[in-house]
Amino acid sequence: MDRLTYFPGCSLKDEAKEFEISAMAVMKVLELPLVEIERWNCCGTVFSLTEDDLMHQLASIRNFIRVQEAGSDEIVTSCAMCYNTLKRSSLFVNHAEERLEKINAFMDEEVAYEGKVEVRHLLEIIRDRIGWEKVEEAMIYPLEGLSVAPYYGCMLLRPRQVGIDDPDNPTIMRDLIDALWATPVEYAFQAECCGSYQVVDHRELIVERTHRILSSARRAGADVVVTSCPLCQYNLRETQSELKEKIPTYEEMPVMYFTQLMAVALDVDSGELPGPLLARFSVGEGVGKGEG
Amino acid sequence: MARKELEIIEGLWEKVEELSGQNIFACYQCGMCSAGCPFTDEMDMLPNQVIRGLQLRDWNTMDCSAMWICASCFSCQVRCPKGVDLAKLMEAMRQIYLRQQLDHVSIDDMTPEQISKLPQIALVANFRKKTG
Repeated sequence: MDRLTYFPGCSLKDEAKEFEISAMAVMKVLELPLVEIERWNCCGTVFSLTEDDLMHQLASIRNFIRVQEAGSDEIVTSCAMCYNTLKRSSLFVNHAEERLEKINAFMDEEVAYEGKVEVRHLLEIIRDRIGWEKVEEAMIYPLEGLSVAPYYGCMLLRPRQVGIDDPDNPTIMRDLIDALWATPVEYAFQAECCGSYQVVDHRELIVERTHRILSSARRAGADVVVTSCPLCQYNLRETQSELKEKIPTYEEMPVMYFTQLMAVALDVDSGELPGPLLARFSVGEGVGKGEG
Repeated sequence: MARKELEIIEGLWEKVEELSGQNIFACYQCGMCSAGCPFTDEMDMLPNQVIRGLQLRDWNTMDCSAMWICASCFSCQVRCPKGVDLAKLMEAMRQIYLRQQLDHVSIDDMTPEQISKLPQIALVANFRKKTG
C-alpha cells in the first residue's frame, strides 16, 4: 500500500490533537496512510521574508533531510502554517545552488540536503491523488442538512506561488464539503486573515476579526466552520467567549478541522468535536463518534 | 518605547529595498493594498501610505505602527497589479529595528496566565516576527 511521508508539526501533538487523530483515521480508510517522519523538528512557524536570511530556513531544511533519509522526496502536512513555511523554504532553496551550498556547509553535522523535497498539503493530496469520488464512496454517514462554511485563512492560498488553490476564489474545501453531501456556505470572509499571531499582543484585534468572520458565516447560513490551521482554529474558537462577554446575544459558532468533518462522515475517530455541534445537530448517526 | 530609539543608519532606505528584494518605485499608488488589507482600522498609516513614505524617504514612515500590525497575510501581495510584495517591505522595516536589538514585544511583560492561555504556534510566530 502507498503511504505518505507525514510531518505533523508541533500543534498537532498538543492543542490540535483532534486534527491529527482525525487526519490519521481518515487517511487510513482512504488507503493512503500517514507515516510520521522520524526526528522531525519545528518548521519555524513563519517563513522569513528577508532575502538575506538563510539561517531561518534551517528548521525547514532539517526536516527535508529527515525526509531524504526516509527515502522519500515528498513531505505532507495538514497544518496550514507548517505547509506555508515548509513550502516557501523549499522554493527558496530547491534549485538555488548557491544557497544550498552555503546551508549545507553550515550544517556540516547533517548529510547534505539535495534540494529535491516537494511539500504538499493534505487537502491537495485528497483532491489530486485520492479524488472526491473516492471520498464520497468511503462515506458512511452523508452530512445532508449540515451547512458548512469553509475557512481558508491565508496560509493555504497566499502567496500565489505556494497556494493550493486560487487565492481569490478557492474551491477545494467547497468541493470536499460537496463530496460529503453537506451544503457548502459561500461568504465574504473565507480567505480573510483571522489576525494570526497578533493574538499575543493585540488580542482585542482577534476578537474583532472573529466577530466579522463568524458573523458573516452565520448570516450566510453556516452551522459550522471548518479550518485547516491550528492558529485560525485557536483564534476563531477561543476568542468567542470574549465576544460573548461583549455581545450577550452572540451565539457561539462551532469551529473544527476539515479532517474532523471527514471523520464524522466516514465514521472514524474524529477526536474531540465542538460541544455546540453535538448539541444542535444529529447528522446520520456519525456526529459524536470518537468524542473524547 | 523601543521604537523611538532607532538609530538612523546610513543607507537605511536602500537597506529596506535590499532586505525585501522589492523595487518601491514600481508602486504607482493605486491603493489596492489598502483596499484589501483587513487591518487598516488599527493602523496609523495605510499600507499604500507606507510605500509612499518609503518612496519619499519620509522618516515618519519608520516610526509607524502599521508595520507591527501587519500580520503577513499577503492579501496585498496577491492583489498588487505591479507585483510589489508589501509584506516583504513591512518585514524589512521590522528587521531594521530587530537587527538593532530593538524588540517590539517581550515575554517578560506577559503574565504566566497570558502565556499559558496561548498556543505555542501563536507565541513562536509572534516572537519570530517581533523579536530579534
